Amino acid sequence: MSKIERDPVTGYTTTGHDWNGIKELNSPIPRAVIIFIIVTHLAALIGWILLPTWPLGRTFTKGVLEVDQKTDLAADIAAANTARADWMARMATLDFDAIRADPDLMARALETAAPLFGQNCEPCHGKNGIGGPGFPQLSDNAWIWGGTSEDISKTITVGINSAHPDSRFAQMPAFGRDEMLDRTQIGMMTSYVQSLSNGFIANDPSEAATLFQDNCAACHGEDARGVEGTGALNLTDAAWIYGGDAASIWQTLMNGREGHMPTWQSRLSTADIRMLALYVEAMPGKLQ
Amino acid sequence: MIAQLSRTERQWAAVLAILLALLGLTMAIAARQGPMAVHGFMALALGVGLFIAVGSVLEKPQPATSRLAQYYDDPTKVGIALAMAWGLFAMGIGLWVAALMVWPDATFGHAWMSYGRIRPVHTTGVIFAFGGNALIATSFHVMQRTSRTRLADQLSPWFVLVGYNLFLVWSVTGYMMGVTQSKEYAEPEWYADIWLVVVWVAYLVLYLRTLARRAEPHIYVANWYYLAFIVVVAVLHIVNGFALPVSFAGAKSYTVFSGVQDAMVQWWYGHNAVAFFMTSGFLGMLYYYLPVRSQRPIYSYRLSILSFWGITFFYLWVGSHHLHYTALPHWVQTLGMTFSIMLLVPSWASAGNAIATLNGAWGRVRDDATLRFMFVAAVFYGLSTFEGSFMAIRPVNALSHYTDWTVGHVHSGALGWLAMVTFGAFYSTVPLIWGRKAMYSAQLIEWHFWLALAGLLTYVFSLWNAGITQGLMWRTYNAAGTLNYSFIESIDAMRPYYIARFLGGVLFLAGICVGAVNIWLTVRGVRGQAPDRPLALQGAE
Repeated sequence: MSKIERDPVTGYTTTGHDWNGIKELNSPIPRAVIIFIIVTHLAALIGWILLPTWPLGRTFTKGVLEVDQKTDLAADIAAANTARADWMARMATLDFDAIRADPDLMARALETAAPLFGQNCEPCHGKNGIGGPGFPQLSDNAWIWGGTSEDISKTITVGINSAHPDSRFAQMPAFGRDEMLDRTQIGMMTSYVQSLSNGFIANDPSEAATLFQDNCAACHGEDARGVEGTGALNLTDAAWIYGGDAASIWQTLMNGREGHMPTWQSRLSTADIRMLALYVEAMPGKLQ
Repeated sequence: MIAQLSRTERQWAAVLAILLALLGLTMAIAARQGPMAVHGFMALALGVGLFIAVGSVLEKPQPATSRLAQYYDDPTKVGIALAMAWGLFAMGIGLWVAALMVWPDATFGHAWMSYGRIRPVHTTGVIFAFGGNALIATSFHVMQRTSRTRLADQLSPWFVLVGYNLFLVWSVTGYMMGVTQSKEYAEPEWYADIWLVVVWVAYLVLYLRTLARRAEPHIYVANWYYLAFIVVVAVLHIVNGFALPVSFAGAKSYTVFSGVQDAMVQWWYGHNAVAFFMTSGFLGMLYYYLPVRSQRPIYSYRLSILSFWGITFFYLWVGSHHLHYTALPHWVQTLGMTFSIMLLVPSWASAGNAIATLNGAWGRVRDDATLRFMFVAAVFYGLSTFEGSFMAIRPVNALSHYTDWTVGHVHSGALGWLAMVTFGAFYSTVPLIWGRKAMYSAQLIEWHFWLALAGLLTYVFSLWNAGITQGLMWRTYNAAGTLNYSFIESIDAMRPYYIARFLGGVLFLAGICVGAVNIWLTVRGVRGQAPDRPLALQGAE
């Protein structure tokens, strides 16, 4: 124990404690600290009076304001829904032509659908609907199940190969794996399908063209232009789902494809789906 | 180094090494395959290695009794070296994690490189490996000096240090193999958790035995904080770790808590890991090295008492502020919020006490980068604790929660406070315990200081901006009454901030590299004369 000294800098004395050379000043607690302790404790006390705070056995102090996060949230949601109720009801019930004819309603639809698209569709269909391997591009004019709002809203509602009872259904058979075509024929068909992008040649006498007519034309059409609304792709344009390179086409022919789009009926409201349909319908024009 | 142990201590060390090897063998045999078997083999290898190392000097003569007239600093030396090695590793991994936010494909298709696995490697590595080794190393140093006594024995500090680092290696390698309890900052699985309890109890016993031998009538403030760190972390770790293993032959376990109770226990743990690991322990460090380095008395003993008990009492209530606007009942949230507000003054009293201590030593703060590290640490301690209390207020939290503001806040604490005070403490300790006049290069300490400060500021400013931008984007409504931005748009908007944060990380990592080189060159350098603090007259061991 050392003796009590006076610190020349601050003017305070030391406490007399000495830990191997470390000393402490016996300075008072600064007034500011005491004031801030009072202020923060008063703030806490006010919080306790106003808000639910202290547990009391099976219940708790409810606070003067009687707020509760669950009821507050429910009230907020109800208020927000009320503010949108009128035009959302029209969105859900008017036919698409009527909505398109109403500039105010149409503006609300596109404004609301943009973040809806970002939250729900973009993870697969990509930013601005550019698509990706396995997920069709939405910003082009190639539609598989139809590009009108009516078609699109149905696709969103029931999905493709989904669990919905009215689901759209499509399957590309595994021609190779299921031994409908042998590997030489698959190779031949791969080149032929690739060549279709340059244009379909009618009455082509080649072996590949014959194979196409025998195996593929039933779905993709005799002119290879597909049939909208059946899931059979137009093979003569530049749009692909699984890729137009030789390896991807070979895979498609060999092992088949069965894409999946979920049904959104239980996740999105009718109005949401219809707004998304209008938004997706307008997408091709927006990118160009 | 091992020859410094007495013969009895060497014999006990050999026994412990055999037990460790047997433990590892048992784990490996029980698990047969998978991460637990790998960890068993690690323990086996470590046990065998230690046995060989101890066995080779087992029959050497007793060390000179003159050792009893000196402090026992070998564990501190190893602890500092380990802390620096872990720091380089964990901050390097942190930089990689930051890079993943900008270039998400940088996992190269390997599961162990994925974000979910290396992120806990970074957090555990910085907080528990870098910070934990720094705390253990400095606590050994500080408790001896402030008690004017030697460590109670020479073996248990090694048990603590080696055992703790085995826990760390198990944790970090486990994460990479996919082992996790899915509790933030408490990811290691049950066997690692149990092992840590054993190590931690040994640490507490060593600390208490050493304090009991003190030659000073009072216990110094730094030791209060180190003790609070050891005791409360034990309580937190044990309660949050209550879990049932699926099988004693495998790594997976399930916590005994469920639903919102689990969340509450986890964040009671999580927040107090911040409080008692990252705050209390490092305040112990600050309370020793700041007055020693500045050669000033602690500004106010009364403020020390006020802030110690304020921090210890209030922190334990505030964990629920991590669960605002969740399934946690509203009243628990209010409690967490109001106690967070009351916590501010004791926290600021600590920071203020440290800064006021520097009155009369500002010239040294200007000239001595080591002291400046500690000054900046105290300032960032004050800033972070204010920010923390502010973010605990529910409406503020509504904006900040789940955003990168939280990440910025943690780094203002971890880089600005924890790392800064550690570097200050290391630069004060290293020359002293290795018997050098000073650090190899004062210029390199300056470089380290400015790199660290630049990195820190770049990091926290970019994430403050990122977090507030995110929070505002998530709550912006358009005229139609719908959220204006999709989540992915808010991610897109983060890119420039994430690049800036990455650059901040580069600077901070560059700083610790400079520091590691400087410490290395100091240790390798010419032995000089460094005046240490006197030891009280020691009795025989």
